[in-house]
Amino acid sequence: MDFRLSAEQRALRDGTRKLLEGRFGRQALRAAVDGDVGGVGGGGVGRGGRVGGGGCIDRALWRELGAAGLFGLCLPEAEGGVGLGLAEAVLVFEECGRALVPGPFVATVLAAGEVPGAARGETVVTAPFGGLVPWLDAADVVRGDVAGAVALDSVDPLTPLHRLPAGASAPAPVPRTATLLYAAEQLGSAGRTLEMAVQHAREREQFGRPIGAFQAVKHLCAQMLVRVEVARAAVYAAAVTGDPDETAAAKLLADEAAVQGARDCLQVHGGMGFTWEADVHLHLKRAWVRAELSGERGEAEERLAATL
Amino acid sequence: MDLAYTDEEEEFRARLRKWLARALPTLGPKPPPGDWPGRRAYDTGWQRRLYDAGYGDVHWGASPTTRLIFLEETERAGAPYVGANFVGLLHAGPTIAAEGTAAQRERWLTPVLRGDEVWCQGFSEPGAGSDLAALRTRAVRDGDTYVVSGSKIWTSHAEVADWCELLVRTEPVSAEVPRHRGITWLAMPMDTPGITVRPLRTLAGSTEFAEMFLDDVRVPVGNRVGEENDGWRVTMVTLSFERGTAFVGEVVACRRVLGELAAHARGTGRWDDAVLRRELGCLAAEFGALWRLIQRNVSEAQAAGGVPGVGGSVFKLRYSHARQRLYDVAARVLGGAGALDVGQQWTLDRLSSLSYTIAAGTSQIQRDIVAERILGLPRGK
Ligand SMILES: Cc1cc2nc3c(=O)[nH]c(=O)nc-3n(C[C@H](O)[C@H](O)[C@H](O)COP(=O)(O)OP(=O)(O)OC[C@H]3O[C@@H](n4cnc5c(N)ncnc54)[C@H](O)[C@@H]3O)c2cc1C
Repeated sequence: MDFRLSAEQRALRDGTRKLLEGRFGRQALRAAVDGDVGGVGGGGVGRGGRVGGGGCIDRALWRELGAAGLFGLCLPEAEGGVGLGLAEAVLVFEECGRALVPGPFVATVLAAGEVPGAARGETVVTAPFGGLVPWLDAADVVRGDVAGAVALDSVDPLTPLHRLPAGASAPAPVPRTATLLYAAEQLGSAGRTLEMAVQHAREREQFGRPIGAFQAVKHLCAQMLVRVEVARAAVYAAAVTGDPDETAAAKLLADEAAVQGARDCLQVHGGMGFTWEADVHLHLKRAWVRAELSGERGEAEERLAATL
Repeated sequence: MDLAYTDEEEEFRARLRKWLARALPTLGPKPPPGDWPGRRAYDTGWQRRLYDAGYGDVHWGASPTTRLIFLEETERAGAPYVGANFVGLLHAGPTIAAEGTAAQRERWLTPVLRGDEVWCQGFSEPGAGSDLAALRTRAVRDGDTYVVSGSKIWTSHAEVADWCELLVRTEPVSAEVPRHRGITWLAMPMDTPGITVRPLRTLAGSTEFAEMFLDDVRVPVGNRVGEENDGWRVTMVTLSFERGTAFVGEVVACRRVLGELAAHARGTGRWDDAVLRRELGCLAAEFGALWRLIQRNVSEAQAAGGVPGVGGSVFKLRYSHARQRLYDVAARVLGGAGALDVGQQWTLDRLSSLSYTIAAGTSQIQRDIVAERILGLPRGK
């Protein structure tokens, strides 16, 4: 047993981080958020949930990520994929979550090998998850029944959402791999908000010292780290074992780490944390969205209770 | 990320399982909690059996992964945990092994491994708890003995211990001598004249720890481990062990208790309460993840040559609260009257779970450690 990352896995993680930092760094993130929706983030007071960038997918970025193998990670090499396992996919998705890259990555990765062009990043695929459909208008291919889907004013400026009609048949269960990959993104986001909080706590001074010297702030940060590390253990283990119950546990713990982490990060940032300009809200809103897309929380809890 | 054990490790597991299956049925009943001499005999007797079977030194001789397997299997099989041997096996022993002279290792280690001698830990004082470096128990050199005076508190198993790993001040704090300097680590025989042990009653009704008054207790200089005034560093070696794999068996036990709670709830109809049921589901996620976190910490320790890292603080923080949450839920499973009945094991365990966020470094202190040593936030004053 060696539950640490292998050298190859570390290289994959670092390489993905570098790729995303170069191709979708903070400037690109903010441009996507504030893009062509006049006013939001600029001068006007935007609605909390206006979709920036008109809900467009940056096709060049998408193809580039496809070329880097991001969508075909788990597809055998013979089928044009990279031939890696879920553990590697989880590491890559952790980085996507960290960078807040927009787009229906999870559905596209699941479609790789089945939908032509998905693995190469030429076809953008979406699917309904838990009664919601992300990026419905922007996707080239929709897998699953989305008849009667109604657009909603998404809370996350970088995830347009449609809702499946109420009263229709119960939504199909979220595929296990989708739940796991969303959990990996949550983990990445939680790690990032922890970093942001710690950095701010070191730099911002009040009462003549860095606010990170105050125990109340310090302990918020420590608790964030504890949640991240517990979630990391759960997500990585679920990726290695592929066990559906461990995947449900990973979802619960990663949702907690991401949502509570973003909130604590917001608190550490003070008034700045409540602005559109700070990135904290982007993490919180996306974390809320992922927590819904990855399956209902109650269902995960019931699944785990049933194992007892 | 590899969760598979090697063939060698699986062989160790299989051999241990086989041995446990033979050894455990011959073990007598566990003495009641109040019977300390009985419990000492029970715990040391079990340690002797382990020693004779070649498992005596698994806590320090074996690799972290082997130790993990040992703790997992013994708990699964329902074997006793270290009990009264806790300090000997998990604090004093490893310290002596790391810092003692050859003669000291020879003198003290084998009796611990054979279950012949029991140790206790005399660190905390009335004025020095979280702030351990504020300790004031004095040791004054008189030829080749130290004359020790002061008092210790919360000393677990003091009543039944043969030895005490004692922290004393050999150099008063001054402008030249900072608090962490001037502390020395001594092995004090518990039958030395001048030691008075007064048991303290815990909120669970038991007397598992005690106050210890030291009045001109003469300890040979040869009982000092490490240099004079270097006891702080010597001690830090031990504390990391405490937070390393000390709780492995307990996490296995908590997962078993969760299953028992579910079975009980199904039997009484409380399982129909969705809120309670889902809380049990959350706890299943929690303890499953804690187990995985242990495996990660063990992997790190294995790679670092056996030294447990600060990951132990992360684990201890989450685990101590999870354990309290588990027994709070147990109270809901038992329902009103059962939750108030200390005749119920779960109610008793709920009471003792309250010590987990205090003993071995409080949660507040652990958060400081995590924030300062892992996250690099500024140190408090
Ligand atoms: C069951 C049990 C067994 C024990 N066994 C032993 C043993 O065998 N040998 C031994 O030497 N000791 C033992 N201890 C003692 C234990 O290590 C101490 O209780 C612990 O370190 C806390 O010290 P204290 O009790 O003096 O509390 P204090 O240090 O007085 O703490 C009181 C409260 O103040 C908080 N606090 C203190 N300092 C800070 C700070 N800097 N920042 C924020 N909050 C702070 C604490 O978190 C706590 O909530 C045992 C304790 C228990 C409960």
